[in-house]
Amino acid sequence: MNTSLARYSAALAAGILFGLGLTISGMVYPSKVLGFLDVAGTWDPSLLLVLGGAVVTTFYGYRWVLRRSTPLFETRFRIPETGAIDRRLVIGAILFGLGWGLVGYCPGPAIAALVLNTGISVPFLIAMVFGAWCAQRATKS
Amino acid sequence: MGYALLGGILIGASAVLLMLSNGRIAGISGIVYGMFWSDAGERVWRAIFILGLLLGTLALLPAEFHTPAALTPSLGTIVAGGFLVGFGTRWANGCTSGHGVCGLARLSRRSALAVGLFLATAVLTVYLLRHGWT
Repeated sequence: MNTSLARYSAALAAGILFGLGLTISGMVYPSKVLGFLDVAGTWDPSLLLVLGGAVVTTFYGYRWVLRRSTPLFETRFRIPETGAIDRRLVIGAILFGLGWGLVGYCPGPAIAALVLNTGISVPFLIAMVFGAWCAQRATKS
Repeated sequence: MGYALLGGILIGASAVLLMLSNGRIAGISGIVYGMFWSDAGERVWRAIFILGLLLGTLALLPAEFHTPAALTPSLGTIVAGGFLVGFGTRWANGCTSGHGVCGLARLSRRSALAVGLFLATAVLTVYLLRHGWT
């Protein structure tokens, strides 16, 4: 099989799985996400299971996959550093949390919401990409 | 609750497949931003992944696994939230899938800190918005 085709087919399949997961888990619905974040209100802990299920699956899956020397259809694994903690990480995480708590969307669900609720997802995504672009610019200075 | 766990496992499966096939972290923020400011070779697989994400969501639309309340934030709130999410995830180099799923699965200290911070901040934000300052 042509490598590009294999690579892209796998990316498509992975994307589909991700979309299925976001929808089945309920993470595509801000009201559900905010219900999880609202610990003082009627707390909906189910998103803990989403994160838990995802992390455990990925933990074992990665252990198995990363025993290989290369991915199936690429020349190398691209894995970021795990150690260095800097101010940018801290500030970035806080700003992200602030935005997430405001609307209940993080990047994945916001994309998925394009097929659910364009009224919110479109302005959100435009602002999100603009925000990322600003951060990119700020990184260079 | 069962749906939550199943959904999480599917997200994990997605991350594992992407790593196995393409050698990439399934961090949505990185995938999206990379579509805009990467070389051409980097854009195609990202666009295809995003397409898959949309298809997966679309496929389950009729199923109604959840019946969520409709929220109506103001445009200002949406834009502010979006900007903060964009800026913050770019600055921190990851989001709930990048740091939260993939980073934690790799036992990354960076990700553990990022997740702790963004979860705590989000919880605090929701608390202040819904339950006030007192």
